Amino acid sequence: MIPVSHWVGTMDAILLQVLNGLDKGSAYALIALGLTLIFGTLGVVNFAHGALFMIGAFCAVTLQRILTFSYVTLDETQKDFLGNPLKVETPYLEGWFGYDIGHAIIDWSVPLAILFSIPIMVAIGFIMERGLIKHFYNRPHADQILVTFGLAIVLQEVIKYFYGANPIPTPAPDMFRGSLDFGAMLGLEPNAVIYPYWRLVYFGFSAIIIGAVFAFLQFTTFGMVVRAGMADRETVGLLGINIDKRFTIMFGIAAAVAGLAGVMYAPINSPNYHMGMDFLVLSFVVVVVGGMGSLPGAVLAGFLLGILESFASMNEIKAILPGIDQIIIYLVAIIILLTRPRGLMGRKGVMED
Amino acid sequence: MSNSNFTRRGVLKTSAIAGAGLALPTYLRAASDSGFTNAPTGSTVTLGFNVPQTGPYAEEGLDELRAQELAVQHLNGEGDAGMMNTFSSKALKGNGILGKKVEFVTGDTQTKSDAARASAKSMIEKDGAVMINGGSSSGVAVAVQGLCQEAGVIFMAGLTHSNDTTGKDKKANGFRHFFNAYMSGAALAPVLKNAYGSDRRAYHLTADYTWGWTQQESMQAATEAMGWETVNNVLTPLASTDFSSYIAPVLNSGADVLVLNHYGGNMVNSLTNAVQFGLQDKMVNGKQFEIVVPLYSELMAAGAGANVRGVIGSMNWNWQLQDEGSKAFVKSFGEKYGRPPSNSAHTCYVQTMLYADAVERAGTFNPCGVAEALEGFEFDGLGNGPTLYRADDHQCFKDVLVMKGTENPTNEYDTLEIVEVTPRAQVEYAPDHPMFAGGELGKCNPGA
Repeated sequence: MIPVSHWVGTMDAILLQVLNGLDKGSAYALIALGLTLIFGTLGVVNFAHGALFMIGAFCAVTLQRILTFSYVTLDETQKDFLGNPLKVETPYLEGWFGYDIGHAIIDWSVPLAILFSIPIMVAIGFIMERGLIKHFYNRPHADQILVTFGLAIVLQEVIKYFYGANPIPTPAPDMFRGSLDFGAMLGLEPNAVIYPYWRLVYFGFSAIIIGAVFAFLQFTTFGMVVRAGMADRETVGLLGINIDKRFTIMFGIAAAVAGLAGVMYAPINSPNYHMGMDFLVLSFVVVVVGGMGSLPGAVLAGFLLGILESFASMNEIKAILPGIDQIIIYLVAIIILLTRPRGLMGRKGVMED
Repeated sequence: MSNSNFTRRGVLKTSAIAGAGLALPTYLRAASDSGFTNAPTGSTVTLGFNVPQTGPYAEEGLDELRAQELAVQHLNGEGDAGMMNTFSSKALKGNGILGKKVEFVTGDTQTKSDAARASAKSMIEKDGAVMINGGSSSGVAVAVQGLCQEAGVIFMAGLTHSNDTTGKDKKANGFRHFFNAYMSGAALAPVLKNAYGSDRRAYHLTADYTWGWTQQESMQAATEAMGWETVNNVLTPLASTDFSSYIAPVLNSGADVLVLNHYGGNMVNSLTNAVQFGLQDKMVNGKQFEIVVPLYSELMAAGAGANVRGVIGSMNWNWQLQDEGSKAFVKSFGEKYGRPPSNSAHTCYVQTMLYADAVERAGTFNPCGVAEALEGFEFDGLGNGPTLYRADDHQCFKDVLVMKGTENPTNEYDTLEIVEVTPRAQVEYAPDHPMFAGGELGKCNPGA
């Protein structure tokens, strides 16, 4: 007989990893959603998508830098490490609005960066599509992958040139520090199931973005035309609709989705120049598992793989299958592709011509 | 029959090419009749600085390179001579090494073993480097050390903290000034006992590679010796970026201390994640939950930002030390580059100085002579107090710093503060200690 308390403990652990997986999955789902939008509309396999995520995170870093832009006063009473008078930096914001308001604005720099990043990301998406990717519509997928992968490396090195290779701390507002005792709310023991507030915010945020993108495609005329264009680009064009223009806008929206995912991710892990590459391969697996070109598939697969990855890193599982946490995602991808070659929700005819 | 392939001309050509091919690894032979690899013949001598210039450790590599350039300047008699003034050995005169002007070439390790070996090999073969110095990973250090042993040049390791570098992977041509995982454990244990008590339960998260394993083993042994219990040790993939699923179960495991055996990007992320979970605000077993980071670096502390506050760890050296050597080095580095040096910069500077000094005292660049001069060498004035380069394993023995994240930083470099300077006697161990057993130093290889 296994004691009851053991099962309660296991339940806690499972609940904890479900929460954890939902949060991991929300990042995967957001990135994969943007990737699928681009693939579904333009038919382009965009390997620079991870770089867009990374640039989003650096929008948060940049806004933080702008807000903490400081003037220097020399404090003769204190010395710096060379024995010269200490240079005290005071952010202009604190100088202008007083310490309290200035400090509060700086504290909220990450949420503020949501607004800051949208125009930047849309503009980057627009420039990328018009400047480079449009020339590769009729080229083989291999060419598209090569050119976008190259672009990703270029963007990465540009960021590294300006911001350095070291991660840059970008904290969430103070009120989101610490974690919610989720278990206690359900009547479990205190501290059994805790989860950081900011990660819960991230989950809620991604749910809103995903909902907004789906609503936009489903309930607006613009969305209807885009969906029609995804199904049959030529016919929509023949009806006198400028589908290319709309697809460019969709590319901008996809870039913004990836960018927003990055902005909100900045407090979770300090952004560095190669964080996009860490997510790139993974998000492609998500897209393939979900089914090429299927938006609900991308979201579903994102959350599914997030939760599976979390379970695979449980000590109980690792004790049975050591190293499973390193390969689970790829293992699942292999199994799904063997049993359902079009992915979970893939449709016939996508990328099969 | 005239269609045979074996013509006289063909055979001659083939054998000439084969001969040239066989002769290719020139670094395995003496460049001249001097009896060792890359013996400097002109008025200059070339050192090879092998540091990460691209990839995630590029900043650390850049800081090492700054220190190495500074060391070369000082050796050539330029600048304010830095720690040459405080160094207990007075063999260096500021006229280069053995009267030869010091020049240097650099390589990019990319923090990858194969890339690091390739760049070291190229500096030895193409540029004629007589010594290789630098690096910021134990995997790289072990790989490059092996290469230098074969090639017959001296390897002065940079930042490498795995026990294996001077343990099972030690080599006669390799020397490490930096401290190691065992020393971190030995220095941290008493401080942790004072700060958090002897009745603690620790949960380890460990980077799954050579350094992580030895660091975890050392911390577990040192903390268990003072009464702590180890609840669990979970190996995390080196490529992990989000550690939340490893941290989530910690609080419910009965542990009241989390030990993060992570370095670099891993450490920045795992510490950030752990702080997000609010672990330090929790009470477990009636005690405040604590986080420990066995190995600190200034860059990691900067990357983790406010998350390091109050977290205890260890370092090889820190710019806030007030001995004459450290002050001279910080002044000379700070005036040139406008920032305090990191502990990886310090170790690379010191290693370059120690090599140059050993050559002067040996009177030759021959690696066997240099190694003999370094073995058992006792010195002072280079920032760590009295130090011994032990002959048995080519490991330096000196004081270790226990650090804590500054609670109220006053500037961007004020991230860590010194809690204690652990005396050398407390971190010493026998050369045949089980954590270091297995390897053989072997014989020095002059390459001829």
